[in-house]
Amino acid sequence: MSDPFPTLRRRGFLALAGGLALAGCASSPGQSAPRSGGRVRAAFAGGGAKEVLDPHMASLFVEAARSKALYDKLADFGDDLTPVPRLAEKWESNADATVWRVSLRQATFHDGRPVRAADVLSSYARILDPKRAFRAKASLAVIDLTASREVDDRTVEFVLTRPYVEFPNALATFSAYIIPESTEDFARPVGSGPFSFSSFTPGRSTVVKRYADYWDGAAKLDELEFVLANEESARVNALLAGQVEYAHDLSPVTARAHEAGGRVRILRSPNSGIQAFAMKVDRPPFDNRDLREAMFLLADRPQLVESVLSGSGQVANDLYGKGYRHYADDIPQRARDLDKARFLIKRAGADGLKVALNTSEAATGFVEAATVLADQARQAGITLDVTVGDKDTFWSDTLKNGSLSSFRSGAMPIESHLSQRLLSKSTTNVTKWARPEFDALYDKAVSTVDAGVRDSVYQEMQRTLHAEGGYLVWGFADWVVGTSPSVDGVGTAPANTLGWARFDRVWLR
Amino acid sequence: MTLGRYASRRVALGLVQVLVVLVAVFLLVEALPGDAAVALAGDNPDPARVAAIRASMGLDQSAVERFVGWLGGLVTGDLGTSLVSGRPVVDFIAGGLPTTLLLAGVTLLLLVPSSVLLGVFVARRAGRGVDRVVTAATIGLHAVPEFALAIVLVALFGVTLGWLPPTALGADPLADPLVLVLPVIVLLARPLCAITRLVRAAMIDALASDYVRHARRLGLSRSRVDYRHALPNALAPAVQQLARTTDWLLGGVIVVEAVFVIPGLGTALVDAVAGRDMPVVQGLAVLFGVTTVLVNLAADLLAFRLAPRAGTAA
Repeated sequence: MSDPFPTLRRRGFLALAGGLALAGCASSPGQSAPRSGGRVRAAFAGGGAKEVLDPHMASLFVEAARSKALYDKLADFGDDLTPVPRLAEKWESNADATVWRVSLRQATFHDGRPVRAADVLSSYARILDPKRAFRAKASLAVIDLTASREVDDRTVEFVLTRPYVEFPNALATFSAYIIPESTEDFARPVGSGPFSFSSFTPGRSTVVKRYADYWDGAAKLDELEFVLANEESARVNALLAGQVEYAHDLSPVTARAHEAGGRVRILRSPNSGIQAFAMKVDRPPFDNRDLREAMFLLADRPQLVESVLSGSGQVANDLYGKGYRHYADDIPQRARDLDKARFLIKRAGADGLKVALNTSEAATGFVEAATVLADQARQAGITLDVTVGDKDTFWSDTLKNGSLSSFRSGAMPIESHLSQRLLSKSTTNVTKWARPEFDALYDKAVSTVDAGVRDSVYQEMQRTLHAEGGYLVWGFADWVVGTSPSVDGVGTAPANTLGWARFDRVWLR
Repeated sequence: MTLGRYASRRVALGLVQVLVVLVAVFLLVEALPGDAAVALAGDNPDPARVAAIRASMGLDQSAVERFVGWLGGLVTGDLGTSLVSGRPVVDFIAGGLPTTLLLAGVTLLLLVPSSVLLGVFVARRAGRGVDRVVTAATIGLHAVPEFALAIVLVALFGVTLGWLPPTALGADPLADPLVLVLPVIVLLARPLCAITRLVRAAMIDALASDYVRHARRLGLSRSRVDYRHALPNALAPAVQQLARTTDWLLGGVIVVEAVFVIPGLGTALVDAVAGRDMPVVQGLAVLFGVTTVLVNLAADLLAFRLAPRAGTAA
């Protein structure tokens, strides 16, 4: 059964299911009619033999894609990062959003057992285990597990430690998969996802097969194999030679080279990767608001997108999450204004300023983007000293040290971006943006039940960030995937959302 | 000194060498910035989560404690478990070893006869046209690095012409041996050139030596003199080079494994270092250390047998 528009609204409760139709995320021209059968081999970069099947430990793209094939979350993110019900059929909160009732769909695990409230609570208890370090822990920490309970087999009541209207974002958080109660052995994983487990050779291949009783309609493919190739060139070569039908994570340069050839199909998922520079607002020189604005104005974003992303992306407006729910679309796009930048630099007393721009090879394009920005800054009269640091410790180094650094992020709801990075108590606050009044706005937003009022609070927060925040967001990179021309139904949703790597909707012509 | 005593002294020395390698590898990987927890946490990690991962992996113990603990396990034959996956290190070796052995075995099987035959063939025609052509070709090909040759071959035969699979992605080399053709050619190219030239040079020397002239004067046939008397002496230097090549192949040639997606020992090592998965790095270091010691010992013993007067085993 598939019901993208769950019935909501019950007296005294607010229903928040984002009714988002997901069918047919991509309908490219000349798409064939869906048909069943066949096997698709999908090449991903991997972590070698150390990869694991435990979905709560997933961190690589291949682990995320495989977890998605084998397991379900209660919710997942739609193309605009709105939470969409998955194993949850619907959710409702009390008036102050501190107690949430989640009803489960009639779904079964691959061994035939039904998915029950007890499985959900046990999965979340495992993630929240204080002795362990699962990735979804921070997002689910809002749940008071001892007070939460199963109402009946298909209803869970979550009690939260604070009012949290955006709780469905937590249900959709990366790697918060539902596993059968008390599972610790993942040698032969059993989930409720569209594919059931066949075989696994660490570092080489994982084979899964269609699960006929999948609640969201059985997959078209009989079988799906994940294979690993860390070199992008190897993934492309294997695709060109027909050794695989799907190659994940291609470079824009590769995409351009093969787009017109007709041997492969290139699919771009827009708004997948935010590209930015982070200025620390708590220390000189970027504690000066004029200087931050000057940086916003001296950046030539179209040039950055063209040179660093090879055109596979869009210009950004110093805000996170273009195209996502609550994104402040009505703020005018900032354009380069060197005169005003020079004026602001003078007013900030920063003429002839020399400051280190910390970057590294931690992500593709970081050093290139830093070099391009340094050129652009030179034209405005300030010197950015591009300092290439160690890629392995880059993130922890730049979280603490320096004043200007390269930054990137994958897709997450704007609310998550705000709470993880822009509050006084945020643990990954690279820009050191810590303002009590901003924290108060966030608290107001996530405790405001009225969607319209809440949206206006998010707009206000984004206006502040756009005017004087620490993130110089210059672009949104496309996520590029290649498939053989025989493959249809591959979505172009941002990476790590529901429509990404959704092989249950893929078929072979 | 007898061969037996010599061999046992070399094994004892080899054990010390392996131990030194282990300490050096541990210190070097320890000296790299970041650890397994940082590598696992990825982009924009929450420092609290990094600390929690570190504690769950036992990385909050001191480096000395971890090394001594691991070494204690090694003495009892336990190579430890991977920090990241929790699987035994032996599984990582067992996963990569068959592939690496297959690739190395096929390469050596082709390398030894072809390089020796080619070396002897041109040595017997030294100074003639064919010798000049082969010498020029071997010098030229030897100058091409593996990755460059691999990329050219893949682009030409794998992608443009489509004659051979460009990668071994998802394939079982035993069931589908065609996937090995390009990697074996790449692995073969430079050692073939090096050993051919060594055999040629040594053979020319041997053919000009007093004992060969003497044997000829005794009226032995040319081929008997060349192959039974000159060749064994000419092989001694080639054996040393062959040992280095064998060691190189058994270590998993990382460039070739990466280009052709062959999940052998080299890939396992690169992944382990990238993930700072210390027990796996150490386990592979033990394997590579032992392999190097044994291969070189075998080569020295063989050279000693081939040409006792050469004094290689003294």
